[in-house]
Amino acid sequence: MHYAVGMPTAVELDFNPPPSTEASDKAGGPPPFESWGRYPEYPAELKQLHWQGDYPRAIDGVHHGALAVGMGRSYGDVCLLKDGTLLQTTGMNRLLDFDPATGLLTAEAGITLAEILDFAVPRGYFLPVTPGTKYVTLGGAIANDIHGKNHHHAGTFGCHVTQFELVRSDGRRMLCSPTSNPDYYAATIAGMGLTGVIPWAQIRLKPIVSRKINYQGIQFHGIDEFLDLSSQAGNVEYTVSWVDVTATGKNFCRGVFMQGDHSQTPAPLKPSPKPKLVFPMELPGFALNRMSVGAFNSLFFHKQMKKRVSTLQDYEPFFYPLDAVLKWNRMYGKRGLLQFQYAIPWEHAKEGTVAILYEVARSGLASFLAVLKAFGDVPSPGMMSFPKPGITLALDFPIKPEKSFALFDRLAEMTREFGGRLYPAKDARMTSAQFQAFYPQWERFARYKDPALTSSFWERVIGGQLGVKGVGR
Amino acid sequence: MNPDDQNPASTSAAPASPDPAGPETTLPVPASSPMFEQARGAGQLSGVPREAEQPLALRSTGKRAESAGRTPRKILVLGATSGIAEACIRLWAARGDALYLVARNPDRLAAVAADARTRGASSVGSAVANLDDTAGHPELLAHAINGMGGLDVAFLAMGVLGEQGQAERSFEATHAILHTNFTAPVSLLTWLANYAAQRHAGTLAVLSSVAGERGRRSNYVYGSSKAGLTAFVDGLRNRIDREGVRVMTIKPGPVKTAMTEAMKGREKFADVDAVAATLVKAIDKGKDVVYVPGIWRIIMAVIRAIPERVFKKLNL
Ligand SMILES: Cc1cc2nc3c(=O)[nH]c(=O)nc-3n(C[C@H](O)[C@H](O)[C@H](O)COP(=O)(O)OP(=O)(O)OC[C@H]3O[C@@H](n4cnc5c(N)ncnc54)[C@H](O)[C@@H]3O)c2cc1C
Ligand SMILES: NC(=O)c1ccc[n+]([C@@H]2O[C@H](COP(=O)([O-])OP(=O)(O)OC[C@H]3O[C@@H](n4cnc5c(N)ncnc54)[C@H](OP(=O)(O)O)[C@@H]3O)[C@@H](O)[C@H]2O)c1
Repeated sequence: MHYAVGMPTAVELDFNPPPSTEASDKAGGPPPFESWGRYPEYPAELKQLHWQGDYPRAIDGVHHGALAVGMGRSYGDVCLLKDGTLLQTTGMNRLLDFDPATGLLTAEAGITLAEILDFAVPRGYFLPVTPGTKYVTLGGAIANDIHGKNHHHAGTFGCHVTQFELVRSDGRRMLCSPTSNPDYYAATIAGMGLTGVIPWAQIRLKPIVSRKINYQGIQFHGIDEFLDLSSQAGNVEYTVSWVDVTATGKNFCRGVFMQGDHSQTPAPLKPSPKPKLVFPMELPGFALNRMSVGAFNSLFFHKQMKKRVSTLQDYEPFFYPLDAVLKWNRMYGKRGLLQFQYAIPWEHAKEGTVAILYEVARSGLASFLAVLKAFGDVPSPGMMSFPKPGITLALDFPIKPEKSFALFDRLAEMTREFGGRLYPAKDARMTSAQFQAFYPQWERFARYKDPALTSSFWERVIGGQLGVKGVGR
Repeated sequence: MNPDDQNPASTSAAPASPDPAGPETTLPVPASSPMFEQARGAGQLSGVPREAEQPLALRSTGKRAESAGRTPRKILVLGATSGIAEACIRLWAARGDALYLVARNPDRLAAVAADARTRGASSVGSAVANLDDTAGHPELLAHAINGMGGLDVAFLAMGVLGEQGQAERSFEATHAILHTNFTAPVSLLTWLANYAAQRHAGTLAVLSSVAGERGRRSNYVYGSSKAGLTAFVDGLRNRIDREGVRVMTIKPGPVKTAMTEAMKGREKFADVDAVAATLVKAIDKGKDVVYVPGIWRIIMAVIRAIPERVFKKLNL
């Protein structure tokens, strides 16, 4: 090529565009991912997994630990990792296989139980176990080995997981089932996301012929009536009780025992409508106080005027009364809420429950959602599974730093004295000594932990002991 | 370990074999061409994923829900692993349509295809292809159309956002964006338009973008690729609408998909499922120009109205 003399050469000309003048992103701001209790709050990097092949590539170059997360419906810090990398799975929500003859459903682990229901109900199938919200992922349901109102019949969610794949941070992919890699199968069910990432899982759904539930609500006064009702309901699939923790004196431990079975009368199996209500804003901290909660509880108790009511009810309000309003956790204001859930074995279940309810009433702190249930004895395949035969009580409190933390610490100690344990999915407070007493098998479990994965929960209760933090791949 | 080891039983649902007596395509590679036969004989055409190689979880049940009283539509999706395309595929599958899915990544494609089968698509064929390879287009399209035994809808979804900064520095990067977003769709549409026009039937639905309506400092390379595509598709409609072919220019505003993951203000972007619901309805009707969400028709009218001497000072 020939250029006119005197033209600058390409090298002399600056062909590069000048640097951009746009301001760089500000650091800080709200955390990218919150748990349902919105406490604690930690900064973290959030990455989305869209495809099964995205992991472990997504953590290339990550040296400060990573954790898979689903819908963030855990209350405390099992789904958080301070200054770490969170891998959200909800973009990985494909259905992979369904056998209408057996009800075996295979899906990617980021699918929500709501999405599974939308698919399964019109085909005459239902979840084998469901928690009190349908906005949790399949992976989250396995990792916390969740339980539902049918625990005394069906056991935990893990009992219905026939197989899943587990991907380790070194790229190893393992098929886990009761017969294939059974040790990883056991460690991953209730494994709190620490054994690896689950890209897909298979569960066994159960047949239904109607959306309806034959519901009965029965008032009770005192723990003995609750225990009687629980034992009489042995043949009823779903049982749960709401208890008024603000009531003292003769009303102490009053509540409503709620039970139900899937209706056996065939009826149209339409999918559920989408919820329309979103809790509009954060309420100020003082909005939920003993007065307002006490009034609510009294209202709830007396809403059911009669000793016993029976109705045919849609499954949505029966299983998911709170899902009707999205983001209802905003009701608890900026400081968030704490959950507390114990399981105390039958041996001390009654005295433990009375003592703890008494302690709560005495504290003057109000709890809206107090849920009491008798756990059954169906064993879970999960090594670290929470439920055990006995009584479980779940409470939630708006956070009032000194008061609620002091109460929680007392309740945790009482739980330990009564031989019970707390549920990691609903905890932000238990100490390392308590965790290790509740789950003495933790050392065996830790052998299956993936070195690149950890959570703020695990750092809190085990932390330095194993030196897991900062370990790369 | 591979789940295959555990459970070998599963039926294959690889692309349905073309019906030799089926409708003839004017695409240059007839179903009986030696090249075509050879590829099928080898069990793999341009990398059609072999189902036996997929993990158990990715294989089909072989069962299909035929939706009552409705003839399934035969829908070809080019760029089937796109977030917008996948959301549409779920809706089409749930109502029992027949699908043929094309994408370049075999694992992703297998997952999308498994999902479509599980949701009830009356048939799901698939082929792996890099759509930048325009020379392969006629064979690919012939295979797809023969596989479905016809074509009601072709949905063109592939596209790349590219990196504006990189494109400013290198023509090579610019060229790659223009090729994938403009040249490749133009190649596909040239074949598809002639096929459809001869049959006086079919809908060609093309994902362009609102970004093609005005050159902006922050993404004019992507924008120009979409501007070109919009003009091409609009013109094509003016040519063959009268032949009975619906040609659709679809202009999404920002949508929450993998493409926009790193963008600021993403919380306010449109939900991909809502976008898909709008698109599936619009494609049924064969609308000419679709803004989705609809508000973007107004926003873009305003943006187009800003005088250039003002616009060039803005940071858009
Ligand atoms: C209103 C409400 C009611 C509830 N009722 C119940 C109830 O009745 N019974 C009950 O048991 N629980 C209940 N829960 C708790 C909830 O079911 C569990 O916390 C559940 O695990 C949340 O699932 P998620 O998808 O939100 O997961 P996240 O909370 O995001 O994560 C939970 C755990 O799962 C792990 N995880 C998620 N996905 C994967 C994956 N793909 N691979 C590996 N690990 C993964 C995470 O690392 C983390 O340890 C309730 C919660 C709410 C908000
Ligand atoms: N999201 C938005 O805000 C938005 C707005 C306006 C217009 N659009 C347009 O809508 C379309 C879909 O976008 P999206 O949002 O769904 O983004 P996306 O999820 O990133 O999808 C883009 C798809 O194009 C595929 N693709 C790219 N190059 C290809 C090639 N050479 N061969 C085959 N496939 C190729 C990608 O395949 P891989 O999966 O293998 O990468 C990917 O599946 C695009 O044309 C986009 O420009 C999007």
